[in-house]
Amino acid sequence: MRYLPLTDHDRRAMLDVIGAGSIDDLFVDVPAAARLAEPIAGLPMHASELSVERHMTKLARQNLSAGEAPFFLGCGAYRHHVPASVDHLIQRGEFLTAYTPYQPEIAQGTLQMLFEFQTQVARLLGTDVANASMYDGSTACWEAIGMARRITKRGRAILSGGLHPHYVSVAKTMAKYTGDALDVSLPTLTAEGDLDALIAKIDGDTSCVVVQYPDILGRIADLTPLADACHAHKALLIAVVTEPVALGAIKSPGEMDADIVVGEGQSLGVGLQFGGPYVGLFGCKDKYVRQMPGRLCGETVDADGRRGFVLTLSTREQHIRREKATSNICTNSGLCALAFSIHMTLLGEAGLRALAAANHAGAVAAAERLAQVPGVSLVNDTFFNEFTLDLGREARPIVRALADKGVLAGVSLGRLYPGEQALENGLVVAVTETTTPEDVEALATALQAALA
Amino acid sequence: MALNQSGWRPTTPEAGSNAAPTFTGNKALMLEEALIFEIGSTDTTGVEVAAPISATSRLGTLARTAPTGLPGLSEPETVRHYTRLSRQNYAIDLGLFPLGSCTMKHNPRLNEKMARLPGFADVHPLQPVDTVQGALGVINELAVWLITLTGMHGVAMSPKAGAHGELCGMLCIKAALEKRGEGHRKVVLVPESAHGTNPATAAFAGFTVEDIPATAEGRVDTDALKARLGPDVAAVMITNPNTCGLFERDLKAISDAVHAAGGYVYCDGANFNAIVGRVRPGDLGIDAMHINLHKTFSTPHGGGGPGSGPTVLSEALAPFGPLPFTARMKDGHIALIEEETADDDHPDTFGRMTAFHGQMGMFTRALTYILSHGADGLRQVAEDAVLNANYVLRSLEDTLDAPFAFAGPCMHEAIFSDEGFPEGFSTIDVAKALIDEGFHPMTMYFPLVVHGAMLIEPTETESKAALDQFIGALRSVAKRAKAGDASLKTAPHFAPRSRLDETLAARKPKLVWKEPVVASEAAE
Repeated sequence: MRYLPLTDHDRRAMLDVIGAGSIDDLFVDVPAAARLAEPIAGLPMHASELSVERHMTKLARQNLSAGEAPFFLGCGAYRHHVPASVDHLIQRGEFLTAYTPYQPEIAQGTLQMLFEFQTQVARLLGTDVANASMYDGSTACWEAIGMARRITKRGRAILSGGLHPHYVSVAKTMAKYTGDALDVSLPTLTAEGDLDALIAKIDGDTSCVVVQYPDILGRIADLTPLADACHAHKALLIAVVTEPVALGAIKSPGEMDADIVVGEGQSLGVGLQFGGPYVGLFGCKDKYVRQMPGRLCGETVDADGRRGFVLTLSTREQHIRREKATSNICTNSGLCALAFSIHMTLLGEAGLRALAAANHAGAVAAAERLAQVPGVSLVNDTFFNEFTLDLGREARPIVRALADKGVLAGVSLGRLYPGEQALENGLVVAVTETTTPEDVEALATALQAALA
Repeated sequence: MALNQSGWRPTTPEAGSNAAPTFTGNKALMLEEALIFEIGSTDTTGVEVAAPISATSRLGTLARTAPTGLPGLSEPETVRHYTRLSRQNYAIDLGLFPLGSCTMKHNPRLNEKMARLPGFADVHPLQPVDTVQGALGVINELAVWLITLTGMHGVAMSPKAGAHGELCGMLCIKAALEKRGEGHRKVVLVPESAHGTNPATAAFAGFTVEDIPATAEGRVDTDALKARLGPDVAAVMITNPNTCGLFERDLKAISDAVHAAGGYVYCDGANFNAIVGRVRPGDLGIDAMHINLHKTFSTPHGGGGPGSGPTVLSEALAPFGPLPFTARMKDGHIALIEEETADDDHPDTFGRMTAFHGQMGMFTRALTYILSHGADGLRQVAEDAVLNANYVLRSLEDTLDAPFAFAGPCMHEAIFSDEGFPEGFSTIDVAKALIDEGFHPMTMYFPLVVHGAMLIEPTETESKAALDQFIGALRSVAKRAKAGDASLKTAPHFAPRSRLDETLAARKPKLVWKEPVVASEAAE
């Protein structure tokens, strides 16, 4: 019981102050039938730090971690090198163990950081404003669709086939209950995305078009014509960025006139973490800020005229307007936002551009090498650090076979789109600055052997 | 190009100070810190990246030309910037964090160490399942604990925060009603003392929300609730222990009545830490309840998150839970049920709530914490949390009005009001004065059913000595308020900032930093 400071002597003294005979007297309001007399059966009793550490370490060893293998998985989660100072700084107790900054006078550290994060995210995405983070990219995407409904008073959203299928699933789940109509398509294993098809679908009932950039196959396309088409019909363009490092090399969606830009910030500072916690990025044009979900930090002054920061515009939030709130979000990804912000501060514009260039160059070299493997062809014309290979046969068993040989080859489209035969030959390969030429060679060799 | 050549100017000290102002604006160890946009530049970086090995571009026509305007700092500047910022935060590592209904307890460092093992931290959510059996094992082992501790039938692990878990439960209820052909049930009853997220969640999921009043005792008005039940009621959302800090004695009777009327019972499990190991919510007839892992099983709150909100489900609702989830096979292998296999194994699922598996980092921390305590220690957690709260309640009821003290013991949190304060003094003055005493204030003005509410949750990780110091401070401040001590109105006096103008922030929102337009303005 090393985390419980009360001694039995303390407990007795406290019960005396309370005027209770025993601890059971404090549970008197629990009906007798529901009161458990003993610790719940079938569960282990307390354990030492050493024995818990042994147990957890044993479980950890049953995983093949990215650092132990040539590693090429992406599709919404990317392996990047995180500078040592990032994790060191977020473990400072005053960041790590602070609560939501409800008392701004003693939370300026967190609040200033959030204000800096908002500004960094807005600049990266090319939007006027950004919030202080969402749960992750997929839920941020859904919230953006809901925001478009509130702004346009329309309920039909068009989702690109290039949007991450799990993001589509999250949107579908929510739409079933909010009544939004979603127009969803599948991607095709071609060099071109579906922007022209999306433009043709937009009409006076459309609330928004949701497009991923770069898309699920890694393709990059100019969003400007799509933005123009949306605006001609008074619909909103929502752009989704799952790999923010890309924005060090390519134009931001905001530059191409997207109205709302959401993203997954995991790439910077956070790590793979088997899917969470991640950090959702959410930016938009100034005119929509009061319809934006989530926490916002704003600049103000204190009673002595000094600059300070507070949570603001909370009239949109759950705890003020209850059933009229713009969402039910109660928290954000504060600590992950801090990690993102520190990593971004270490990079700066110069570092981000260098990092993006290294990612792109590595990916180009890998794509050229892998396309030489007999039977393999490169689907993409354009990409940043992630591209799709057509293996000429079903990719999913190949991925499994390569994993058995210690190579984590990428994400098969068969895993993401089960049952879609037109996609099952696709393998999405991600390359980052952590990928070495030896890793690429190992993948090429293993792929060649598996396909032979 | 440097972003800001104008230089950052420290602010002036508060009026009335005897000491001469310092040139820097710093006060010994209390350091002012500029924004990164004022001290960084776009050509500074703290990261070295190897030069590209190929010059070929596959970016098409979209190569970025416009500057991002993102400032960089070298590593030493970065470390100093964030370390200085951290010193302007209160945190549980510094002292008691008595925020009722928020629950801030000691964060065991073993949890942090385990969450950072590469086998958990450096694995990808879409790796072949055979390569992540240990990670799936953590999820599965934690799921078993949650089901056993709550006496429920299943658990959805993927919700990413408590409010997301509430949504998960309400979506399960909606799916179950539709399966029964009773999608017309649209009304969700929410007692007044519920968390603010509850009505927001119900509305978000497409339900109509109706309030149920509280009794003078601070519990749900059971008669009013029963009278409202009918064929249009989908569910009741109830918080137990409730936000007045009391156990809902009639919950089983309420559940029976709701079930008899064809509805479901959602329980907000934010306060599970008060009853873990002593009461199983399943025995009270609950159909769905989210568990804030970060509260009951400790995880650092990081200045606002991340959280994690797995939702335990009754036998009636479990089939509707979201994807993905894990299942341990007879041979010990852990399967991952996702879209591909769901049709056969989980046909009634309402879908997916998040891109991947949920908050793995929180699962690792929660399981580490649970294994450290064991079944016996978790029971002790609830007992000490309740003991500490009642100690605070009884130690202060002679000084502060305690509106529900007559109703019996409180659970994990004690509630007081500003009743008896002179004109012009209220809860906020006590709260801000507590800051000067070196404490984070309690939850203010919540729950709404109490005038000027002060909701205090000490948690089980506070020692008696820490509680005695806090009680002494609060008693002193309360007495000053009752005596009309005008200096309370301008508190805090010793914090990094005095009272901040929240109205100005909302009226003229400044949400991002903008470079000063004119150099002379920057020097203002």
